[in-house]
Amino acid sequence: MSKVSTEAPEVKTGAQPHVVKSEDVKPLQVLSPEGEVINPEYMPKLSDEQLKEVMYRMVFTRTWDDRAVNLGRQGRLGFYAPVSGQEATMVGSEYALTKEDFVCPGYRDMPQLVWHGLPLYQAFLYSRGHQHGGQIPEGVNVLMPQIIIGAQILHATGIGMGFKLKGEKRVAITYTGDGGSSEGDFYEGLNFAGSFKLPVIYFVQNNGYAITTPYEKQTGAQSIAHKALAAGIRGVQVDGMDVLAVISAVQEAAEIGRNGGGATLIEGLTYRFRPHSMADDATKYRTKDEEQEWNQKDPIVRFGKFLAKKGLWTEEDTARVKEEAKAAVNEHIKKAEQTEKMSISGLIDSMFEHTPPHLEEQKADFQ
Amino acid sequence: MAQMTMIDAIRDAMRVELARDPSVLVFGEDVGHVGGVFRATEGLQKEFGEQRVFDTPLAESAIGGLAVGLGTQGFRPIAEIQFVGFIYEALDQMFVQAARMRYRSGGRYHAPIVFRTPFGGGVKAAELHTDSLEGLAIQTPGIKVIVPSNPYDAKGLLISAIRDNDPVFFMEHLNLYRAFRAEVPEGEYTVPIGKANVVREGKDVTIIAYGLMVHTAVKAAEELEKNGVSAEVIDLRTLMPLDIDTIVASIQKTNRAIVVQEAQKTSGAAAEIIAQINEKAILHLEAPVLRCAGPDTVYPYAQIEDAWLPTPARIVKTVNQVLQF
Repeated sequence: MSKVSTEAPEVKTGAQPHVVKSEDVKPLQVLSPEGEVINPEYMPKLSDEQLKEVMYRMVFTRTWDDRAVNLGRQGRLGFYAPVSGQEATMVGSEYALTKEDFVCPGYRDMPQLVWHGLPLYQAFLYSRGHQHGGQIPEGVNVLMPQIIIGAQILHATGIGMGFKLKGEKRVAITYTGDGGSSEGDFYEGLNFAGSFKLPVIYFVQNNGYAITTPYEKQTGAQSIAHKALAAGIRGVQVDGMDVLAVISAVQEAAEIGRNGGGATLIEGLTYRFRPHSMADDATKYRTKDEEQEWNQKDPIVRFGKFLAKKGLWTEEDTARVKEEAKAAVNEHIKKAEQTEKMSISGLIDSMFEHTPPHLEEQKADFQ
Repeated sequence: MAQMTMIDAIRDAMRVELARDPSVLVFGEDVGHVGGVFRATEGLQKEFGEQRVFDTPLAESAIGGLAVGLGTQGFRPIAEIQFVGFIYEALDQMFVQAARMRYRSGGRYHAPIVFRTPFGGGVKAAELHTDSLEGLAIQTPGIKVIVPSNPYDAKGLLISAIRDNDPVFFMEHLNLYRAFRAEVPEGEYTVPIGKANVVREGKDVTIIAYGLMVHTAVKAAEELEKNGVSAEVIDLRTLMPLDIDTIVASIQKTNRAIVVQEAQKTSGAAAEIIAQINEKAILHLEAPVLRCAGPDTVYPYAQIEDAWLPTPARIVKTVNQVLQF
């Protein structure tokens, strides 16, 4: 029986022009942890009102997340993937786009849909498993949250191709997590975008974990941004706890996409303060120290310090937005609960434009 | 009228629709410049340009996803999957994303997509080129399934499929692409989706078939005729939705039936057809409805393909079983 060697073969070092080199990538930061602007050349051009609007949305989203977790525990919401910690990547990336741009979300990306125009009560209906949750209003350019990880990557690719074929200066943005970057569809989407030079932004929110599986078990790649190399598109890494850096990176990618420069993969380094879903116990795979470390990077705290120094935001503002968000959540959960119940005949009729005879017959069985 | 093979008729249908409707797009692996591995799209890129008819990278899932994305933006994609066995790579996009789009969005979005794919045995093709996978599709709510058996139907059904606002899985039998020519009208006409066709009238037994098996069934019917048995042959043309009314009307007359399919016995469409006959026509039956189908093995190596596929002799044998029940 031959012995299998477990020792690594000797590798030649030095100049090897046939071997692909990977340079380290450093995440783009605009704000220091103390809220100082450290990269003024990447400071997005936002008015004071716009800066306050970004903060408003982040605080609102945090409060909504807190409330949603409680509503879930009370049984008033169903499927829910928490978002606390990811406000900068979610709110910032959406804020960087125009309402004409198209959002293809994953299942955690409800904030982007709501800030893009989906009424909050419909987000709650989606969580509760009601079809009206998926009935995106006309003129709101989003798809429903995608459960199949990676499928949305391809939809954004097709939508980007549609914009290109029609000569429209719009971009599609799609989101997945670090685990999603291991899917075949992730690579296929990036590769099609590289081949056709499509106006698409692939935004990976790398929060370090896919449920319980850490980044290191997804890939040996140095970064997810590096995966852009394999598709021939731009790869960018950004501090996902720095909302101004996120806005800057997405605005730049959108500009490039609209002007025929093709797609960008953006990796945002972030963290979810809560478990993966309401059914997950993060204490089984994360340490208190790690959570503590990331809590200190809270995107709302950092951006709040920046705004406070400019005299644009106070503690009272935060308290006011929290109250407004709680009131909005209350109003919208009531609206969701009061929405007319679904019927089997309604579901059957939503299958096809024209309901075929066998389904007409099956409808009769439920009347 | 022109004499066309089925492949000519399929190409003609796409040409008619590309010319009529600027939202129609044709794409897939090798469908553009060269015009497809079977020349189904030959000349279309030259006539309509690279914006309308184009080659894609080799990735079936992305071809499906591209179609779904384009479908939400007002386009009418005709996406080709080069061979049927490769649909497994695209199943999520075809049977989950496209098939559920209208339902998931409560009608806000839909997927007006035709997924064309060649399939079907008897041509000594390599592995996974010829499997009959229509059974997977008919069990998927939200997608229609069409299997034409001749040039006239292929053109009319494909035009209907392209105009349909819901996704259609359009299966083209390899063995029928150039098997014969038939009269096909110039320009546009449609064959309705969901309507079967009685291709041979008879009074003693109904043979229900689709695809290449329609022709095998007609040959069997001619054999049976020699023995004084009059067989009616139904070409289903659409497997989902199924035209059960035409089947029941025939059984009311013949009181006996078999279903012939090239797929393995426990896949394909036969079991569902028999279940529906049980529900709607059991009092008209003098014998159980039997299946003539491939055995439940993996699709065979090319060398033994001819023995594996249903033959006129096996159909005659199955008919005799129901006649002698």
